[in-house]
Amino acid sequence: MLQAQNKRYGERAIKWLLALCALLSVLTTTAIIVSLIGPTVGFFEIVPAGEFFFGVDWTPQFEPPSFGVLGIVAGTLNVVLWSMLFAIPLGLATAVYLSEYASPRVRKTLKPILEVLVGVPTVAIGFFAVTFILPEIIVPLWPGELLGGAAGKPFMALAASLGIALMVVPIIASLSDDAMRAVPRGLHEGAYALGATKAKVATRVIFPAALSGIVASVVLAISRAVGETMIVLIAAGSTPNATFNPVESIQAMTAYIATTATGDIASGSLDYKSVFAVGAVLFAMTLIMNVISIRLVRRYREVYE
Amino acid sequence: MTEQTPKISVRPEFRQAAVPQMKEKVFELKGIDVLYSGVAAVRDISMEIGRKDVTALIGPSGCGKSTLLRCLNRMNDLIPAAEVQGELLYHGEDLYGPNVDPVQVRKLIGMVFQKPNPFPKSIYDNVAFGPRVLGRKDGLDEVVEKALRGAALWDEVKDRLRDNAFSLSGGQQQRLCIARCIAVEPDVILMDEPCSALDPISTGKIEDLMIELKERFSIVIVTHNMQQAARVSDRTAFLMVELDAEEHNRWGRLVEYDATEKIFTNPADKRTEDYVSGKVG
Amino acid sequence: MTAFGGAEAPRNRLAVAGARATTAAMLRDQPRGDVVRNAIFAGLLLLAVLIALAGLLALLLQAFTKGSSVLGPDLVNNPPSTAFPDKAGYRPAIIGSLQLIAGVILFVVPVGVGAALYLEEYADKSRWWNTLIEVNIQNLAAVPSIIYGILGLAFIVRGPLDLGFILAAGSLTLALLVLPMVIIAAREAIRAVPDSIRQGSLALGATQWQTIRRQVLPAAIPGIATGVILAVSRALGETAPLLLVGATVFVTFDPTPFGTDGYSAMPVQIFNYAVRPQEEFQTLAFAGIIVMLVVLLAMNSFAIWLRNRYEQRW
Repeated sequence: MLQAQNKRYGERAIKWLLALCALLSVLTTTAIIVSLIGPTVGFFEIVPAGEFFFGVDWTPQFEPPSFGVLGIVAGTLNVVLWSMLFAIPLGLATAVYLSEYASPRVRKTLKPILEVLVGVPTVAIGFFAVTFILPEIIVPLWPGELLGGAAGKPFMALAASLGIALMVVPIIASLSDDAMRAVPRGLHEGAYALGATKAKVATRVIFPAALSGIVASVVLAISRAVGETMIVLIAAGSTPNATFNPVESIQAMTAYIATTATGDIASGSLDYKSVFAVGAVLFAMTLIMNVISIRLVRRYREVYE
Repeated sequence: MTEQTPKISVRPEFRQAAVPQMKEKVFELKGIDVLYSGVAAVRDISMEIGRKDVTALIGPSGCGKSTLLRCLNRMNDLIPAAEVQGELLYHGEDLYGPNVDPVQVRKLIGMVFQKPNPFPKSIYDNVAFGPRVLGRKDGLDEVVEKALRGAALWDEVKDRLRDNAFSLSGGQQQRLCIARCIAVEPDVILMDEPCSALDPISTGKIEDLMIELKERFSIVIVTHNMQQAARVSDRTAFLMVELDAEEHNRWGRLVEYDATEKIFTNPADKRTEDYVSGKVG
Repeated sequence: MTAFGGAEAPRNRLAVAGARATTAAMLRDQPRGDVVRNAIFAGLLLLAVLIALAGLLALLLQAFTKGSSVLGPDLVNNPPSTAFPDKAGYRPAIIGSLQLIAGVILFVVPVGVGAALYLEEYADKSRWWNTLIEVNIQNLAAVPSIIYGILGLAFIVRGPLDLGFILAAGSLTLALLVLPMVIIAAREAIRAVPDSIRQGSLALGATQWQTIRRQVLPAAIPGIATGVILAVSRALGETAPLLLVGATVFVTFDPTPFGTDGYSAMPVQIFNYAVRPQEEFQTLAFAGIIVMLVVLLAMNSFAIWLRNRYEQRW
């Protein structure tokens, strides 16, 4: 009477099938790592690691070629750092406004509009950066000959930086807003009850309390900026240039990969392998940043939830 | 006054009733312990539950009444850290035997929960869910009607069977859950404080229902409400919390188990008397 | 501080720090300076918000003003053409994009929902391998899209799967890119179904799969659908991975999933027009951007409407 009426093999089969689906995610990561490792190892059999990691000349097309990755890492960092200079204050200010100052109705309309920015295809942002931001914003506003001047340049790091900032502000704003709203009401009320002004409460009480979530959002934004391809491909330029000067054109790591690996490039060639070596560096950089960001989010969730 | 039932003392300080008048035993519990991650929640429960009785489990909060109830339909299986030790017989068969299928157990032993939990479906689909899961495809209309009548809900919902279950009031939702439970024609119905989330009028309706239902089902009910236990049940078990020497760990113990009238008018144990007279608990 | 020990400690420490900071601030400042300072602060915040919005507005306005002149049936029906830019269109790219996302949906829905169901309903959370899978998915969600392009090139187009530069390969690459998003969204939706429903179902003698199939999944579908739509709109706008897996820029015929003659997609075609200096191609690029923005806005709005309309209030 209490025995199972049928063997129910189906139940067990379903469990395994579903587990297989979950396992696919592990397989994907393995596949990424495996596909990067092979050619990268092959690359380092030809190009000495010292030249790669410490050289600043990235000139694969020269004879003899030079593979100093800092030439393109500098390009990526150039774009990312200048973009963060704009994105972080704008993003955080927006977040503070959304969580502490905006009325519920304003919040309800504003937040979805910011989310729209996240959905704009990066090819559109890149195109916008090079056709509008560069000629209409940077060139007129740039002070004369500072750092070589902005006039007459079809591509520059700063144009890509501002494009990336536009893409990334909603990420910082949204996640920081979530972090600040997770701070218990008790903290708000306690501070206001002591007679503190809104500005003080926001900056001295809520902001520090939400700090780990806010930092997580910034780290995530940096990771997105480092991995971004189309904006730098269209707006920043295509010649490697190891500089942090925002008004010069550079080539970012992602742009190098996109330019070199399109179409039929011979599997065994050094250029092909260099794509994977650069990809490995990119993957490692973003992986480290993502792990940090996830840890930070977990920490702030633990305290408040 | 009912005649004195002979008491078999296993331990001097706790009494257990092996009741000869019990027509047929549904459950026999022998030395049941329930542990969560190795820590005992309930210790050494030994009792027998009779067929077509309403058996009430009463006692202060935290004494493990719900934990014990959930052993009877193997719902504790759903908690990975839970472990049940001892012997639990259902109609003479070991409920925790190696070949026993918990799914089958729950088809025979149903449960009504403390907070009404109707499915986000229509009233009809809620009641029909059990039979459908059992493989029934036709004759569902009759099954649904019979179940709703059995739960004293038919007249109130017969014109709106396709409405969402959440459109019902709390008391109606709980009766819907009862209808859902009896639609699969179980042998036993377990009720875990079924009225604690309801208003007094709904509570009264469900108490009347219980007296009707015991004609067809054996019922075990956990309740905080002593008046309810006194009004509705045939037998009552009183559980209490016991602390260990350093007062760190606590677990539930069965203090006294007897005919309801006896428990409430002339309990054998002083602790029972303190609890039912409201001095403690 | 012993009264604030235990699990409440971090929360209380912050409360005390906050109270201390505000008291100090209050005692230090004069009221009149405060009002002005507050107004300036609020003003600066608002300015920041407006700058961000202005950026979005400028982008939209530029696209609509510069691209609207070529909007019309030709844009959708005609193939691209370098010789006759005034007759050029997006036809192969549109068909390519549609086929790509059809493939993405076919892959991502069963695998993503399956993985989410396993992680939420079956997996024992104390086991290390299940935690590994979770962390793995979170990391994959943040890997740059071009790395997925490299994965596609090395594993799908060439390597073990060796499908060649066909549209199906591009579809699979995009599917892997957005799969983590779908899994995460599906998990949220499944987790939102209250446990009392599962208990009620199991207590009636239903098996675990019966409970999932008849109670949990139906209740979670609106949330899952929203997640899938958002993932698909992300896949629609991705360019970089497709560049690496052979979305050849210049295709004039209608692509097919397994055809070996090449394929295209909307963002790739826009990119091709955008990097040509002639003004006609620039205009075409803007027009393509308008089309994409309209489609994406419609999809995202639909996803949000879906979530609001069918969200179960428990």
